[in-house]
Amino acid sequence: MRRGLARLTFIDLFLWGFRLLVILLVLYGTAGTLRAGRYSAEQWFDFVIFGLAQGGIYALIALGYTMVYGILRMINFAHGEVFMSGAFTAYFLAIWLGASGVLDRRPLVGLALVLALAVAVSTAVALLVERVAYRPLRRAPRLVPLITAIGASFFLQYTFRGLYGAGIKAYPEIALFVGEVGVGGFTILRTQVVVLVTAAMMMVALYLFVMRTRTGKAMRAVAEDKDTAALMGIDVDRIIVVTFALGGAAAGVAGILYALVFKQVHFFMGFIPGIKAFTAAVLGGIGNIPGAMLGGMFLGVVESVGPALFLDGLGIVAPYQLKDVIAFTMLVMVLIFRPSGILGERLAGKRA
Amino acid sequence: MRDALAVGLLSGAVAVYLALVGVVEQLHGRLVLAEPVRLSLGQVALFLAGLVGAMAVARRAAAGSPAAAVLAGALAGVSAGAVLSMLVLAGPALNVRAMFVNASPPLFDLITLGRGPGGVPAILALWGALGAAAGAAARLPAGARRPLAWGAAAVLLLSIFQELAQLILQAGERTAVVADLLFTSDSPTPGAAAVVFVATVALNALWRARGEGFRRRTETIPPAARRVLRMAGPALAVVAALLLPAVGGAFISQVLVIVGLYTLMGLGLNLEVGFAGLLDLGFVAFFAIGAYTVGLLTSVGSLGIAQMSFWAALPVAVIVALVAGVVLGIPVLGIRGDYLAIATLGFGEIVRLLVLSDFLRPWLGGSQGLLDIPKPVFGGVELVGPEHLFYVTLAFSALVAYVAWRLQDSRLGRVWMAIREDEDVAEALGVDLVSAKLLAYGLGAAFAGVGGAIFAVMLGSVFPHSFQLLISINVLALIIVGGLGSLPGVIVGALALVGLPELLREFGEFRFLVYGALLVVMMLLRPEGLWPAAEQRRELREHVEATEPALEAAAAPPTAGEPTGG
Repeated sequence: MRRGLARLTFIDLFLWGFRLLVILLVLYGTAGTLRAGRYSAEQWFDFVIFGLAQGGIYALIALGYTMVYGILRMINFAHGEVFMSGAFTAYFLAIWLGASGVLDRRPLVGLALVLALAVAVSTAVALLVERVAYRPLRRAPRLVPLITAIGASFFLQYTFRGLYGAGIKAYPEIALFVGEVGVGGFTILRTQVVVLVTAAMMMVALYLFVMRTRTGKAMRAVAEDKDTAALMGIDVDRIIVVTFALGGAAAGVAGILYALVFKQVHFFMGFIPGIKAFTAAVLGGIGNIPGAMLGGMFLGVVESVGPALFLDGLGIVAPYQLKDVIAFTMLVMVLIFRPSGILGERLAGKRA
Repeated sequence: MRDALAVGLLSGAVAVYLALVGVVEQLHGRLVLAEPVRLSLGQVALFLAGLVGAMAVARRAAAGSPAAAVLAGALAGVSAGAVLSMLVLAGPALNVRAMFVNASPPLFDLITLGRGPGGVPAILALWGALGAAAGAAARLPAGARRPLAWGAAAVLLLSIFQELAQLILQAGERTAVVADLLFTSDSPTPGAAAVVFVATVALNALWRARGEGFRRRTETIPPAARRVLRMAGPALAVVAALLLPAVGGAFISQVLVIVGLYTLMGLGLNLEVGFAGLLDLGFVAFFAIGAYTVGLLTSVGSLGIAQMSFWAALPVAVIVALVAGVVLGIPVLGIRGDYLAIATLGFGEIVRLLVLSDFLRPWLGGSQGLLDIPKPVFGGVELVGPEHLFYVTLAFSALVAYVAWRLQDSRLGRVWMAIREDEDVAEALGVDLVSAKLLAYGLGAAFAGVGGAIFAVMLGSVFPHSFQLLISINVLALIIVGGLGSLPGVIVGALALVGLPELLREFGEFRFLVYGALLVVMMLLRPEGLWPAAEQRRELREHVEATEPALEAAAAPPTAGEPTGG
């Protein structure tokens, strides 16, 4: 933005004012909350752990966004529905396993089965969407796949609504995961431990896959430059399919973790986590896999701690209603001031 | 043959999908024909899945003899029927209803034509026969096939819209007679169906035979007369639009008002996305700002601050929306492409969440919203019903469309187009990006503000719930489906994506299923939109032709307008 000096300062002043305003609000709110001392250390700890668990889920979904964006430079708007489809379908298996007692006798086997089904369905849906809605449009102008993605998103939502019904379904409890564990004077819900451990394992596995295997290397090459990668003998179509499959699998796992934490599924459950996860991907630097993980965790924690920390001190009533405002403000701020994200965009494109 | 089998299995899978997702049962309540055979829309949807597959197979086997085509069609039909039979056999045995809410006994009855599991041979025979018929039809010369397809489509349309048509016709005393002639209580009368079918076939065949000559004759009309004729189309459209509420009644007017509001928003977003290439997914925020401004200024309830009249509040709402557009535009000046879409999406959601929150409740009413917004008064008449508001919407849509049309070819419009094509080049050529972009944001927001203002008085109250992200997405979809950057496209898009789903409300949530499928299909087959702007069409077509010539063939006009394309 090289332009007349007067105008430059006007825009810059505005942006600096915006930045300062947000920083001041955050500082003032934090000071107010801490001075009032309404929350105990234990409560803060709970906020952080809950934020981390939720952030782990965001991170797993964000992986799908970030990998697809890295390779195709498009926002896979239907990814939230990929997340929903796995958890929603696996619900029926979970209910059946719960009724037949498997979930009580062999909880880990049961959970593994449910996870496997969710991963399978999510992957299948992701591949189907890629095949039908995106592949024919590989070379189309950017807006076109965005619209098909939105269309696919609608279609999937109402397909699952039609197939499984519109009601909210309650996931069965797994007895093993009920209760808390003590860690150095604090207590953590067992489900949160499960979620954190699973999410961490999943992320490490994905990271190793992308960094260490041949296919992973090919993925990075395609993300860098599709045409050159093709010249090097890489089957670009196959790599794109693998990318969608990996993203779908991660989303499937995220779906089950979501079901463990929130204990319910319904056809519209993918929408909000989908947008949040995209926020997380942008926060961490899109196209960047560790960035998506970091962004997810960061978003989860800020969202969980933020209302109490920043807003309570400002004297805002019912600060929890505004947790999404915090998330979106963070998104907008990152896009304006550091569009390459926290860790930087791995795949610097001309048009970001 | 393997082809026929594969396609048959695929169409069988589609049929099973349609059955399980609930489309079939939902449509079963609507009859296409009551006599001589009882045929419901649901059955038609099911059969269409098989027929389309069989036709495709037969057409691909076109090199062989007609018998081969019929055989291939029959094989595809039988295999599709086999898939469906598996559903009927497995369904009751495995109690799939625990999972699929629609897998009910009535559905199975519908598929087996009431014969239970013993109906499987009948299904196979029926589907085989249908497939063979489709195969034979595929081999008919186009001169016969097309008119027949149009005729069948017309009968289907008659059946789909029968409730609506009855609603309109029953209103008048004389037209009620027509309604009784056309429809029984739950289906078109056999006579009406036959007349519609024959008439469509005849007209289509006539056009096919004589259309070329007619078209040639129009070319010999003197230019002056031709100019008059060319104006006749739009003039007729205007007259029709003016008369519609009087003819259609309250329901139609209500739908048209909503279409008008979306048109206003679409025209605004079209400035940003279509002209200037600024992808905005938070557009509903400006609609909300317009609505809330009018609500606050005119409400006679507890939250109203000025009790102004609608006409005084409207310019204020437009200015507030314009300022909001500029203010929200400044931070995102430097952001491009998808990132811009996400940033604006963030802004849109922030506005909605703030309005919804208890924090701002003392001023904006929180989730309870603003109530008691009086209706506008025009020349001593209170504009109460949708029939009246329709004219308000129409007038403002026309005004806004005129402004947009004048902008399109103005200096500013050219500047926007330059930015859309390449921002860096435009800047290098001396375009002032900041003012051009801010004008696009501001004017676009102002247009949406007008829509919001009318929306507020239409409902008489404003709730944050009305300003979901979905609205922004809908508006974006409608301008793209209509044709990006094209002004008539906005209206066509609004009619297609907002008007049709509203009219088909009785089909419940499945409109969204169809809506999603249509968006995808539309983008695959006709990415330039229904009524594309000239240059957009040229670019996209060249682009598509260069990369995928196969798409061109598929983009031929669809043969049937059936809504169950999914």
